[in-house]
Amino acid sequence: MAVRYGSPLKRVMTFHVPLALLVVATLFPFYWMVITSIRPDTELYNVKMNPFFTLHPTVKHFEYLFDLTLFPRWAWNTLFIAAVSTGISLFCGLLAGYALARLQFRWAPPLGTMIFITYLVPPTLLFIPLGDVVKTFGLGDTPWALILTYPTFLIPFCTWLLMGYFKTIPREIEDCARIDGASRIRAMVSITFPLAVPGILSAGIFAFTLSWNEFLYALVFLSSPQQKTIPIGVFTELVRGDVFYWGPLMAGALLGSIPVALVYSMFVEHYVTALTGAVKG
Amino acid sequence: MTEQRIEPMLAESARPGAAAIPAPIVVAKPRTRRPRRLGELLEREHILAAVLLAPTLTILTVFIAYPFVLGVWLAVSDKVVGRPGAFVGLRNFDVNIHDAIFLRAFQNTFVYTFIATTLKLALGMLAALLLNNHFRFKRIVRASMLLPWIVPTVLSTLAWQWMFDATFSVFNWVLMNVGIINKRILWLGDGVLAMGCLITVNVWRGMPFFAITLLAGLQTVNPDLHEAAQIDGANAWQRFWRVTLPLIKPIMLVVVLFSMIATFADFQLIYVLTRGGPYSSTHVFGTYAYEIAMRAAKLGQGASISLSLFPFLLMVIIFQLWYIRRSD
Repeated sequence: MAVRYGSPLKRVMTFHVPLALLVVATLFPFYWMVITSIRPDTELYNVKMNPFFTLHPTVKHFEYLFDLTLFPRWAWNTLFIAAVSTGISLFCGLLAGYALARLQFRWAPPLGTMIFITYLVPPTLLFIPLGDVVKTFGLGDTPWALILTYPTFLIPFCTWLLMGYFKTIPREIEDCARIDGASRIRAMVSITFPLAVPGILSAGIFAFTLSWNEFLYALVFLSSPQQKTIPIGVFTELVRGDVFYWGPLMAGALLGSIPVALVYSMFVEHYVTALTGAVKG
Repeated sequence: MTEQRIEPMLAESARPGAAAIPAPIVVAKPRTRRPRRLGELLEREHILAAVLLAPTLTILTVFIAYPFVLGVWLAVSDKVVGRPGAFVGLRNFDVNIHDAIFLRAFQNTFVYTFIATTLKLALGMLAALLLNNHFRFKRIVRASMLLPWIVPTVLSTLAWQWMFDATFSVFNWVLMNVGIINKRILWLGDGVLAMGCLITVNVWRGMPFFAITLLAGLQTVNPDLHEAAQIDGANAWQRFWRVTLPLIKPIMLVVVLFSMIATFADFQLIYVLTRGGPYSSTHVFGTYAYEIAMRAAKLGQGASISLSLFPFLLMVIIFQLWYIRRSD
């Protein structure tokens, strides 16, 4: 903890003021989202009015969102895709993390590095040929195109995080189980995995928010409006040519952000652990 | 399955206590429990490791390694949507070098990455230092600080786009009413100003990542060191520069490298905010590759632009690996 000395005025100037500025700057765009989504159109498109508050809040934009766009469908798509790809990535990451952390085999170090190397090929580099691969498998314009490609950036992260976690679990616990007659797999599943639940939770939540956030693959692989996810749907269907429907747009942005923010707020510590664990590990 | 063994008459190997019976005896061999084949195999580390890693390696091979090779092939072909491509060597790259927009995108990508990363590092460090104190609403402040990072980028970027809108920008409204300007600023309408806006939004979104990880690093610094320095007469700046900074250099480096890779390969933010405009002046590699491949349907050309990311990423990754190995 930083040691603070000095007069109260100095403390206000060097601590409270910067902190307040930081918080305001960070949260202002969200305030803007909220206020825009409840201001009526007449006020939104009136340059003279004070934009910071409204005396006539309206729910019309939300109604527009639910009645005239496929927003509920997008929400379902996004949730489904995020949940299943997180599940797949956790499964793969658990097994791979255990193998790399616990088992001694010749290919362990190079494989560990190789999983790290996947960050050499970000989606921006891969999306063109990957579109081809997805079409070849007949997955174009289906949620499976995303469910199978999201793990490419989720698995490396889950693997590292869980690898680090497994390394903190003492080997002796497993050895005891094996002496008592359990097979390796039995020991792995019944002893080690339950002990890693906090790590699994952290990795899962981080992976969930990452999938919810993805844009490029969803943009390239999905085309029909019913298949779109929230980020794509809000961005493509609420803009007709050059006309932006700002009210419903901000309403959609707000509603699209709330689920992730909720999940995050319930598990803040886990999320932070995931973030810092990945960087340190 | 019982096995039978015929005991010879003079059974020297007879079990203790047995009488030597001068006749062949049928003896049942003690049956040891044989583990099932599969279970036995999985006890061996090599096999188990292969099985455990199989799903991961399959997915990564099919959806990363193979497309990467395909991408390289595309980049040296003239493939266009609708007809098969033919090998054309380095022609796509030659076209790129002579393309003014490509060169602009090249410059933009580097400028965007370096300026944004520097700002994120500085502001993130500041935020981490501020958060490294005890104050009443610390938990809520820390949690809400991560929101820009959590919320889907497209959605928050749309909010920024509305804030930068040519006619209805809230910044313009404030500045005009305070009297600083009397004509609206076209935030996203001018090449350089638009780049500035892009960097601003990127810093807004990415700073929390730096703040939270640097905060974790700061919390590992022993406060006794600070006190000792203070007793020796160091002021706040000296304490930061000489004590804190060297100790968190490792984590700073990791964070910076991660962030540089992501920023260099950024697509969402620029695409949503400006789509590369106005007049293609804010393109980066990602958005320009998208434009060429998806809009102009020139897959080969687009792939060659995407591939331009690779050398830089390779340098960063190699550096990162070297750094990690060195400190092992």
